[in-house]
Amino acid sequence: MERIRKHHLFWPVLVLVALLVFNLLYDPDFFRIQVRDGKLYGNLIDILFFGSPLALVAIGMTLVIATRGIDLSVGSVVAISAAIACFTISKGADQNDPGLVATAILLALAASALLGLWNGFLVTRVGIQPIVATLILMVTGRGIAQLITSGQIITVISPNYKVIGAGTLLWLPVSVYIAALVFALAALLTRKTALGLFIESVGCNPTASRLAGIRSVTVRLFAYLFCGFCAGLAGIILSSNVSSADGNNAGLWYELDAILAVVIGGTSLNGGRFFLTGTLLGVLIIQTLTTTIYSTGVPPEVNLVVKALVVLAVCLIQSEGFRRTLARSLVSVRPSHQRVEGKVTTRG
Amino acid sequence: MARFAIKKQHVPIIASTALLILIFAAGSLRYTGFFSLQVLLNLLIDNAFLLIVAVGMTFVILSGGIDLSVGSVIALTTMLSAALIEQAGWPPAVVIPLVLALGTSMGAGMGAIIHYYRIQPFIVTLAGMFLARGLCFVISINAITIKDPFYVTMAQTRVPIPGGNFISISVIIALAVLAAAIWLAHFTRFGRCVYAIGGNEYSALLMGLPVGRTKVLIYAFSGFCSALAGVVFTFYMLSGYGLHALGLELDTIAAVVIGGTLLTGGVGYVFGTFLGVMLQGIIQTIISFEGTLSSWWTKIVIGVLLLLFILLQRLLSSRGEVREA
Repeated sequence: MERIRKHHLFWPVLVLVALLVFNLLYDPDFFRIQVRDGKLYGNLIDILFFGSPLALVAIGMTLVIATRGIDLSVGSVVAISAAIACFTISKGADQNDPGLVATAILLALAASALLGLWNGFLVTRVGIQPIVATLILMVTGRGIAQLITSGQIITVISPNYKVIGAGTLLWLPVSVYIAALVFALAALLTRKTALGLFIESVGCNPTASRLAGIRSVTVRLFAYLFCGFCAGLAGIILSSNVSSADGNNAGLWYELDAILAVVIGGTSLNGGRFFLTGTLLGVLIIQTLTTTIYSTGVPPEVNLVVKALVVLAVCLIQSEGFRRTLARSLVSVRPSHQRVEGKVTTRG
Repeated sequence: MARFAIKKQHVPIIASTALLILIFAAGSLRYTGFFSLQVLLNLLIDNAFLLIVAVGMTFVILSGGIDLSVGSVIALTTMLSAALIEQAGWPPAVVIPLVLALGTSMGAGMGAIIHYYRIQPFIVTLAGMFLARGLCFVISINAITIKDPFYVTMAQTRVPIPGGNFISISVIIALAVLAAAIWLAHFTRFGRCVYAIGGNEYSALLMGLPVGRTKVLIYAFSGFCSALAGVVFTFYMLSGYGLHALGLELDTIAAVVIGGTLLTGGVGYVFGTFLGVMLQGIIQTIISFEGTLSSWWTKIVIGVLLLLFILLQRLLSSRGEVREA
């Protein structure tokens, strides 16, 4: 029991299970899944579907945070990637031409990766702290996205492009497969090669890692590049889902949700330790919460309030100091010696 | 030579001032009607609320923290004021102190969580941001217009100054906050403690400084400034709306950084923030004078400015390291 409680995924899993149990008690229909036209429908599928772009961004963010960095620009990169893809397609003679769609996607992904590289360059070569370096792109990025779309919402009519964000493959939405693929790729790269170790080492102590022979600059550059790439992919999924690009609102608040997912998953913002599975759980918690709020009929505007309370609760539970205060207030009924109190604390 | 030597920490402020003068001169040459005191005063009138929040944010950033909740607290203040005055019929004399107290206690609460439970300021103020924004929509989804005579008077009163120009009451409030903050930062024990925490929190603790109390006070002050900015913003917009001041935290942080405050904490001046706010304002004015430029250029230009100033700071600090070595 002690080992389970100490496991890094204990709290995220508990929160997710609590949310699902609440739904089970409130309305068992929450778990109903229907098959219609070779497509699965249901709240659980919705959670996966709407969660996949966020999962992509959060996976990239996890690696950046693991190197003791942060990327505030992901929301703007989502907007830029969506703008580039839709702009390219809208300029084509035949918007449905597979070649054109492929070009648009490649262009958008290349630009996003480049933007990630720019962030990495500022952090590693120029030596600006990550929060400031990526703040620059966060501010400028939305302007650039609007520049590309000339301040308009570009709408495209391209069934081939729409497949990415709204299509179905083997009963499940295509975007879920994309997210799963990227997750598998990231997990494989970081857990089956030395890269994960390098990232954690750089996050713990960049100087010591460099002296130990790790190319800390390259490792950090990779993390930012990967994060930009993931954000670009999320931008394509989001814009493809609605067949349009909105420079102002695409990916708004994404950086905050992504960082939230990472933190809920147990990855420390101080770097050096990261949990991709935890991040995925974090995304599922955020998305389940949103879906729960919608399905219980609470006005969607309250969503933000509930989210705030959940964030606080999750962070407080993970805080050692808060758990101690809580434990102390629970046992304070009994007059207890200092040492006894300490013993109680470690147990719960 | 020594007489002309410029202190390193003053360079960003001098650069901001020079840039401000340069842009104003360029604008005066290019557009008719730009070269007037009133254009400068309008900068103050239109950015009074931004100046107030940015002053609060300066203290937070000086201490090495960050406050993402400022924009939402402004929105909540406008919403609460509008709802209490227009729908509940409370007098402004009760409502304004109430919203100020609310903003202050929200800030203090966040500061306490940050300090006592050791959670990152980023996450705590993020939760505060969601909470305040969400509470706005709990009050009402739609905008509430304010027709209360006191608010209308505050919005429309023009305070004449010699030379035939005028400012608004909000400007007087903002300048008073600025003066008070400069005094607070550079002439009080609290101010020195803020700088010490920003320089190195652990050292500050070992020196016996009241780190916990100061940190809670810093966030409380930022919350107070946000609420006050919300009151001023209500004068400016004469309405309460949950989407007011969306993304303002970004403009605020940008203003503080352009004003020469290091985001790592410990280095910077409150007066620099004033220059940062003015620079943002004058860029917006230029873009609206130009007419053909669209509003999104503001974001791009501010982003580029942000980059330049950060590079400048970086250059200065790395040169300093070399000299020390």
